[in-house]
Amino acid sequence: MNVGLEHYLTVSAMLFCLGLLGVILRRNVLVIYMSLELMLNAANLALVAFSRFNENLTGQMMVFFVITVAAAEVAVGLALIVALYRKRQSAHVEDLTALKL
Amino acid sequence: MALPDALFYLFAFLTLLFGALVVANPFSRNPVTSAMFLVLTICAMAGLFVLLNAFFLAAVQILVYAGAVMVLFLFVIMLLDLKEEQRRKINLFGIVTGTGAVLGLGFLLTRTIWGGDLNQSANPRVIGDTKALGLELFTKGQFLLPFEIVSVLLLVAMVGVILLSKKELK
Amino acid sequence: MEPTLSPAGIAALTILLLPLAAAAVIAFCTQRDGERSANLSIGAIAISFILSLGLFFFTGDKAQEITFNWLSVGDLKVSFGLLLDPLSKLMLLVVTGVGLMIHIYSRGYLHGDRSFSRYFASLSLFTFSMLGIVLANNLFMMFVFWELVGVSSYLLIGFWFEKNSAADAAKKAFLTNRVGDFGFILGIILTWVALGSVNFAELASALDGKAFPFASLTEPLGKIAGGTHWWVVHPNVLATLVGLLLFMGAMGKSAQFPLHVWLPDAMEGPTPVSALIHAATMVAAGVFMLCRIFFILDIPGSHALEIIAWIGGFTALLAALMALQQNDIKRILAYSTLSQLGYMVMAVGLHAPGPAMFHLTTHAAFKALLFLGAGSVIYACHHEQNIWKMGGLREAMPTTWRTFQWGTLALCGVWPFAGFFSKDAILAAALEHQNIPLFVLGVFIAGLTTFYMSRLVLVAFCGNARSEEASHAHESPNVMIWPLKILAVPTLLAGAWGIDAYIGKAFPGGHQPHNEGFWQNLFSPFNHNILAAGFGLLAVVAGYQLARALYVNAASDPLPDKIGVLAKLARDRFYFDELYEWFISVTQETLAKVADWFDRWVIAGLLVRGTHGTTELFGRALRLVQTGSLQTYAFLFAAGVVLVLAWQLLQTHAH
Repeated sequence: MNVGLEHYLTVSAMLFCLGLLGVILRRNVLVIYMSLELMLNAANLALVAFSRFNENLTGQMMVFFVITVAAAEVAVGLALIVALYRKRQSAHVEDLTALKL
Repeated sequence: MALPDALFYLFAFLTLLFGALVVANPFSRNPVTSAMFLVLTICAMAGLFVLLNAFFLAAVQILVYAGAVMVLFLFVIMLLDLKEEQRRKINLFGIVTGTGAVLGLGFLLTRTIWGGDLNQSANPRVIGDTKALGLELFTKGQFLLPFEIVSVLLLVAMVGVILLSKKELK
Repeated sequence: MEPTLSPAGIAALTILLLPLAAAAVIAFCTQRDGERSANLSIGAIAISFILSLGLFFFTGDKAQEITFNWLSVGDLKVSFGLLLDPLSKLMLLVVTGVGLMIHIYSRGYLHGDRSFSRYFASLSLFTFSMLGIVLANNLFMMFVFWELVGVSSYLLIGFWFEKNSAADAAKKAFLTNRVGDFGFILGIILTWVALGSVNFAELASALDGKAFPFASLTEPLGKIAGGTHWWVVHPNVLATLVGLLLFMGAMGKSAQFPLHVWLPDAMEGPTPVSALIHAATMVAAGVFMLCRIFFILDIPGSHALEIIAWIGGFTALLAALMALQQNDIKRILAYSTLSQLGYMVMAVGLHAPGPAMFHLTTHAAFKALLFLGAGSVIYACHHEQNIWKMGGLREAMPTTWRTFQWGTLALCGVWPFAGFFSKDAILAAALEHQNIPLFVLGVFIAGLTTFYMSRLVLVAFCGNARSEEASHAHESPNVMIWPLKILAVPTLLAGAWGIDAYIGKAFPGGHQPHNEGFWQNLFSPFNHNILAAGFGLLAVVAGYQLARALYVNAASDPLPDKIGVLAKLARDRFYFDELYEWFISVTQETLAKVADWFDRWVIAGLLVRGTHGTTELFGRALRLVQTGSLQTYAFLFAAGVVLVLAWQLLQTHAH
């Protein structure tokens, strides 16, 4: 069977769902963050697939920027997690409920 | 089956497998294992990118994501000296509803994708070599300004990171 | 629109507006100067009286109208107009003549009162309102002046408002009148809807003895009800209903049962007020109105008149019974007025508006006389009103005694006094209509009337003085005596002046009496209907003898001992006031309780506390969402996205 756009998009969707599952179910803050990265990657895959099958380079451009910004974001996010760990001495998400009403 | 298709199925399977292992490793709950598997996922995705003719991006993916971002992740894990995730009370209700939501999402997305309404050309020309990419980025189109701004963004991120991770002055 | 004003028209306008001008000038300019106010008021009504005389003698019998267009809204055109026909011209004389006497008398009676000017202003306002009713040429204008009369009577009854009883009596009168007026306005609206006009002349020509024009009623009602057929009502029922609703106005003003309760209480006002309003004019307005709209009541097939006759008869009986045991001289006269009004209404009900107006005219004269005489007596006894504290006034106040005696004889219906002729006309009408029950009732009431009036006279005037004040009584000043003397003249002679012939011209179609000259008229009742005259006189004699047996030289009332509980019933006015009071208090309490429940449970409970509770509930529920846990938020976020996507994607997919 010829591999078409739908196949790539399905892979992207699956990956995205896996990432979401990780965000919702895992308790370790860092693993949650990694699942978030997984979701970003899934989006990247979809963009590139569209770019390939629609003869448009905009998709690849966007992926370029996404990767860059993701890198910056990871840096800042990890810095925050480090600061938080220093305060709470725990990387367990159930201990980080200071926003509870 | 043609080679590209077989390769696609291979890389797709690998991506999904390693992605699943990032999220739910049955053997160890150590975050390091999750990080390792994430690296492998990224590499498999790079393979997929190559199949999609985005060579530059594949290279960037490996270099930046696997090479820099994941290394940073591992640094932090080591810095915080995280052990295995302790077992706490299992929230069954949360697990069920969460899984249900995600499954729902998956179902919706799949249904839409295979709905047969995707706007795509009949026989697309294969583009995406690096030279075209470079031209697109720097000359044609509107990506020059964002490009410059992104560099400033990186600078800002750097400054932010330094500030955030400073220790409290006694 | 420029109305063409004939001399008669100008005269009529002047008659109407002069008292109003006097009232306005007194109210705004001469409040401090009592003498000037009195002169203004008396002058105004004197001029009105002279003009009325002129109108009476110098204009023909044909009806004349002067109209000004006042209100024009869609189909409703209401004009302000004056109607001059025999009915209104006679009534003008009554109102202005008796009114003039009372104005003069008041000057003496209220001498030295603090609010002398206010009294005369109110009196002039009342005169204006009453003349408006008399001269009105359409129902709507009549209603406007009807209400004005109500207001004026409120002002006059409650004149000494510092007394609680007077203020209450004024309120009672006004409110009871309002109940009647409610029916009145409904009747006016129904008339307008059915016949398209409220003008008397137009209405008379529209009906003209025909049956109720049924077709013209279903059309407007059909438009209201969307043309549903169940609005179709039998024309007779409709005619009766219209007649009875209009009669309700007369019920209120002329104090017929069951709205009779205000009249005795209205004696709280000064005695001249009682004379003017409650003997001669205001209460007569109801009867006057009935005669005006007689052609509406008289529609073939309508049963309104029968009901009216019985209500009138019943009122007369009830009032006479209540008068038997009253001890306040003014109350006795008040109940006597009620009784005579019942007679008049009964006459209208017997298809005899002519005799009704005749009785109204003579009654105005002798009842005013009686009231003014009572005022003279009260004045002489230093404002004592209980007849058992009077006595021996016969020798002390000869003129008052003489005129009071004449007035009593007229009221009882003794030949040749005026009352005999008018009462006889009513009894004759009963016989002519073959209404034997009402005839018997009328005769019986005549007997009762004689009985209680004789009681009054024997106790208050004859015998010896029963108290200090009575023994020191002397005749009243001239300004009070002269009106008595002047009023005594029509009391004696009015029966034979041919009033009944004159008024008969206003009601073509009934029995027409003839004016054969003074001496012939004196004997005409005997020629006309000997049965009525005979029984009437018989009742007078019987009543007098009975009263004489009981009350000559009586130290106190012997009747309660003889008939016990019946006397108590009569004295306590058959507990009507108590019944109404109970009814009103029950209604008020129920309404108050309903309002309280509503306020407590619906407004405070449901709306105020409900809103508070609901908001709190929602707040508490929403608080549970804020767990502070990141993963909950993430889950909710995802769930929300799924839902929205599901909605969108499935929708488009369905297309």
